[in-house]
Amino acid sequence: MENKNLRDEIIRRSGVNPTKCMRCGKCTGTCPAFDEMEYHPHQFVYMVESGDIEPLLESKSLYRCLTCFACVDRCPRGVEPAKLVEAVRLAAVRQQGNNHMTANDVPAKIEEDTPQQLIVSAFRKYTK
Amino acid sequence: MQRIGVFVCWCGSNIAGTVDVVAVAEALKSEPGVVFSANYQYMCSQAGQDLIKDAIKEHNLTGIVVCSCSPRMHEATFRKTAAAAGLNPYMVEIANIREQCSWVHKDMPVGTEKAIILGKAAVAKVNLNTPLVPGESPVTKRALVIGGGIAGIQTALDIADAGFEVDIVEKQPTIGGKMAQLDKTFPTLDCAACILTPKMVDVGQHEKIRIFSYSEVEAVKGFVGNFDVTIKKKARYVKEELCTGCGDCVSKCPMKKVPNEFNLGMDNRKAIYIPFAQAVPKVATIDADYCNMLKNGKCGVCAKFCQAGAIDYTQKDELIEEKYGAIVVATGYNPISMDKFDEFAYNQSKDVITSLEFERLTNAAGPTAGKLLRPSDGKHPEKIVFVQCVGSRCDACNEKGKEYCSKICCMYTAKHAMLTRDKYPDTDVTVFYIDVRTPGKNFDEFYRRAVEEFGVHYIKGMVGKVSPEGDKLIVQASDIIANKQIKIDADLVVLAAAIEPDKSARPLATMLTASMDTNDFFTEAHPKLRPVESPTAGVFLSGACQGPKDIPETVSQAGAAASKVIGLLAKDKLTGNPCVAHSNEMMCNGCSSCERVCPYGAITYEDKEFRMPDRTTLVRRIAVVNPAVCQGCGCCTVACPSGAMDLKGFANNQIIAEVDAICK
Repeated sequence: MENKNLRDEIIRRSGVNPTKCMRCGKCTGTCPAFDEMEYHPHQFVYMVESGDIEPLLESKSLYRCLTCFACVDRCPRGVEPAKLVEAVRLAAVRQQGNNHMTANDVPAKIEEDTPQQLIVSAFRKYTK
Repeated sequence: MQRIGVFVCWCGSNIAGTVDVVAVAEALKSEPGVVFSANYQYMCSQAGQDLIKDAIKEHNLTGIVVCSCSPRMHEATFRKTAAAAGLNPYMVEIANIREQCSWVHKDMPVGTEKAIILGKAAVAKVNLNTPLVPGESPVTKRALVIGGGIAGIQTALDIADAGFEVDIVEKQPTIGGKMAQLDKTFPTLDCAACILTPKMVDVGQHEKIRIFSYSEVEAVKGFVGNFDVTIKKKARYVKEELCTGCGDCVSKCPMKKVPNEFNLGMDNRKAIYIPFAQAVPKVATIDADYCNMLKNGKCGVCAKFCQAGAIDYTQKDELIEEKYGAIVVATGYNPISMDKFDEFAYNQSKDVITSLEFERLTNAAGPTAGKLLRPSDGKHPEKIVFVQCVGSRCDACNEKGKEYCSKICCMYTAKHAMLTRDKYPDTDVTVFYIDVRTPGKNFDEFYRRAVEEFGVHYIKGMVGKVSPEGDKLIVQASDIIANKQIKIDADLVVLAAAIEPDKSARPLATMLTASMDTNDFFTEAHPKLRPVESPTAGVFLSGACQGPKDIPETVSQAGAAASKVIGLLAKDKLTGNPCVAHSNEMMCNGCSSCERVCPYGAITYEDKEFRMPDRTTLVRRIAVVNPAVCQGCGCCTVACPSGAMDLKGFANNQIIAEVDAICK
């Protein structure tokens, strides 16, 4: 496996078991940000499972996920792909040596066309 | 003092791989009473059994201990071996050193030590064993089949054809079950009614079969060969013996707005109804929830028009007591509710339907007379999307669906898609699948025909959501081979809903003391070797109540269950289990504790005269166990405060001796 340590760390951090995935693609069928993404939810799960994580870290589409949790809600196997996306984002942030922003930084980043879901998930993420 | 022989089995490497069998045989040699000890590769083989028989004769053994697999596997085998050598079969004890020892340990010294301890316990018990002689009980040569779908029908016909009387209890007004609702059947596409209704007629006309329709099992008592069953015949307000099924009452009934369950609520029926034209028995039934006469005494039209005088508004539920030797469970299945699957918009749009509803829409006797029309506006759908695995194969923690594969959906979806393309070639048909599972004779060929000859689009992926927009349904789904997200503006969406056991199965299992799995499917006695028997003696399983099954499989299993029932009913007497409770009348104080805990009703009380030392007579109330009814569960021995109740073959002192041997 290409990157077993990082893979295990992402699995541990997210609490997701990607081997439960039965490759039905319901996450991808459900994803509202599909068109924005280079790697789609079902691919994302498969790539984490097989340790193919470097391309995910470098892909801009990592930040296109709205964290709307539609995939988490609808996955029949309880795989929770959005939590894996979060964990890979965290890995990317930590590799760059950057810290999280705080919830206070969020309002300044809101633009007119920022989706509601993104604002809510940003608060959810940084209010910890 | 007993003369005990110990026989340690290797079970190939199953036991010998983790237990030093030679050391076990050697260690048990010095236990009290043991005069002979041996080990052998397969004790259950002919050579192994001969070794036991020879040792019994040569060493005059009075008891034997076999250290081998679970007693559920081979206790009966070794009892027969002992009996063949002239030893009472209840002088045999099994020490389970496979399932409870070698299979759960990896370390040889640990496994060996535990095997020796288990062997010692069995030796301690045999030292206190006494020969037991089983009693006999007669067999009531009649069978009860619960459920009148294709499983129950086939089982009943096979039993009745062998010459035994059979009663079918069916909760609906007619037999036929789910198969009566189907249009065509895979993989040969013969019409379900054409092959089912002749069988229904056979059942109705068979002199050995009685049908209790619109009835339910209320209570079950007794045991194998001697079940006492209470059947509740629900009031249908029509005298069955007078009704000719002419249908005049139905056509005259003014109450027209009753959802028709036979068509899954897609059209209406009257308050008095016959579910479908080929119903057996063809007798009308009044739905008390909707009948104006029964609700407020204002109507009586059906009684006025019934020339046979069959209508009886005063009818009451009736309880019928019957005796049976065997009971077959054939309670079948239902599709799960789609209420929790909001993403598919089942409750938002009439044009999102389940596959069983689709069956009715294509059935000539259905609400559209077999024309495929959308439920919302009655137009021909031009684009149809089928969604597979809705609620099947879910995670164990998923609250919406089931963990298992429902098994029949791949084939019926291929059937629906193929038939649609055949009848309406201009229709665009797409099937979203996760895997296509078609193991069965001519099954994969069938699915391939749908793709190759009939041009059905099979897309590997799942539908994420269905959104009603105008008169269209926007289906958003993934195509994971093309790695695309696709949108289809469909006219009709068909959901292959998972199937689950009928809701009546769980309370029935409690009545029968038959075990079920976590999904409420009945458990078979052995998943491979006894697939149609329940672990409860005399209770047999037929059809989808045991697990998802298609029609060919159901019919095979129904025949298998019937053959097991025939095997039981062919016997005049059954040998009982001699390991039953008995009460020591000198110690019993008649407190009734045992009677209250006995699940089989095997304990009664009698007043008995006792001569006292001073020559006076004392009448005391004491417990008496009916050995034919007692199943040897041992509840009473635990409940008895004075220690009067004991179990033959599992006496309190035997169990204490085992515990002592383990703790020594």
